[in-house]
Amino acid sequence: MIAQLNNQYFTTLSQPLVQYLLHLADTTLILGHRNSEWCGHGPILEQDIAISNIALDLIGQARMFYQYAAEKAQQPGATDITEDSLAYLRDGIDFKNLLLAEQQNGDWAITILRQFLYSSWQYLVYEQMQQGTDVQMAAIAEKAIKETTYHIKWSGEWVIRLGDGTEESHKRMLHAIEVLWPFTGEMFTPVDFEKEGIQQGWAVDVASLQQPWLQRIQQAFDEAGLSVPQSQWQQTGGKKGVHTELLGFLLAEMQHLQRAYPGSEW
Amino acid sequence: MTTISTIEEQKVWKLLESVYDPEVPVLTVLDLGIIRKLAVVEGRVFITITPTYSGCPAMDVISMQIRMALWQNGFQEVEIHTELSPAWTTDWMTEAGRKKLQAYGIAPPQYRKNKFHTPSFFEEEDTPVCCPRCQSTNTQLVSQFGSTACKALYQCLDCHEPFDYFKCH
Repeated sequence: MIAQLNNQYFTTLSQPLVQYLLHLADTTLILGHRNSEWCGHGPILEQDIAISNIALDLIGQARMFYQYAAEKAQQPGATDITEDSLAYLRDGIDFKNLLLAEQQNGDWAITILRQFLYSSWQYLVYEQMQQGTDVQMAAIAEKAIKETTYHIKWSGEWVIRLGDGTEESHKRMLHAIEVLWPFTGEMFTPVDFEKEGIQQGWAVDVASLQQPWLQRIQQAFDEAGLSVPQSQWQQTGGKKGVHTELLGFLLAEMQHLQRAYPGSEW
Repeated sequence: MTTISTIEEQKVWKLLESVYDPEVPVLTVLDLGIIRKLAVVEGRVFITITPTYSGCPAMDVISMQIRMALWQNGFQEVEIHTELSPAWTTDWMTEAGRKKLQAYGIAPPQYRKNKFHTPSFFEEEDTPVCCPRCQSTNTQLVSQFGSTACKALYQCLDCHEPFDYFKCH
């Protein structure tokens, strides 16, 4: 069954629009899954609840993109491509998430900075997506941007609290910046399916978001007593399916149930 | 929305008054403002609902409960369609719903004064959130995220009770 699915993936899942939807879906799902790893382990109850809530929002957003991708990729009359098959039966090389999303939780500083860097980008993406030519994507963006607004506020406040906190928390934030910054460049570097979508009006021109994104990060970093790294080598590849070794471990856990017991339901 | 509602449609609207949000069990689906369209054509019911939050697990349960309520009252064929745009906002919650929330111990959402925007860091609501128990406005935000996606945690600084606030969306 999986072999058959894979055959079909090569044909219908290679359309640029579907690739783009998968990139959006995969990124929100993988970050949502990472955040969900905190459930039951948060530093205090309220923050455990907060990060789990954010995980839920992201996984909900991922579902909307997967459902739409499945609708676009489905052959007429077929029913085998579903949001679940897309999330649970593709391999690491098929995943198009940003590398930033798959990075390990590390300490609280890494988790909240990863969220802040990502949500600030996602907000700008959703803002532009609402003006795009694809009606369904615009509707998803209109819905999801409200949730993202809360994520930016929450994570940004933590960046300031820790950056401008104790000597130890400041040191942890510096370390978090060092770990995560090399994965931010990818957010603004379009790959082939995006370039095609930008021309046709359904993809967000991510390169144009870099300046407004940097301004928002700068503003929070200023308040936090942190500085934006000037120039640093940037790692790319996530959108092309070239991932860090961390994704394989994440998928092994996330997909285990559907791989071991195909088609099982709650 | 149709302007002339048939007797059957009025019956369906009435039945929806018995379908409650499983996570905030004092609010009906009508109080929440999530029913966007309703039509009955030759005995078939068409309902359009809009989700509150993208990942809200209550949405699937709500659809199921709507079907159950209608089936039990003779409506065999029910089609529920989900519509994302325009996006749901707490401004669509009814006055009756707000009063029920307050009585239940959850501070109702404030109306949005402006278009949805990104608030500055550490900025709270435009007007103070009122404690549902003692009505004091001397309250403080404990956490932006509460027991469900739609709520924030607050504490009253007068009666010292912690309480949920149904946040603006």
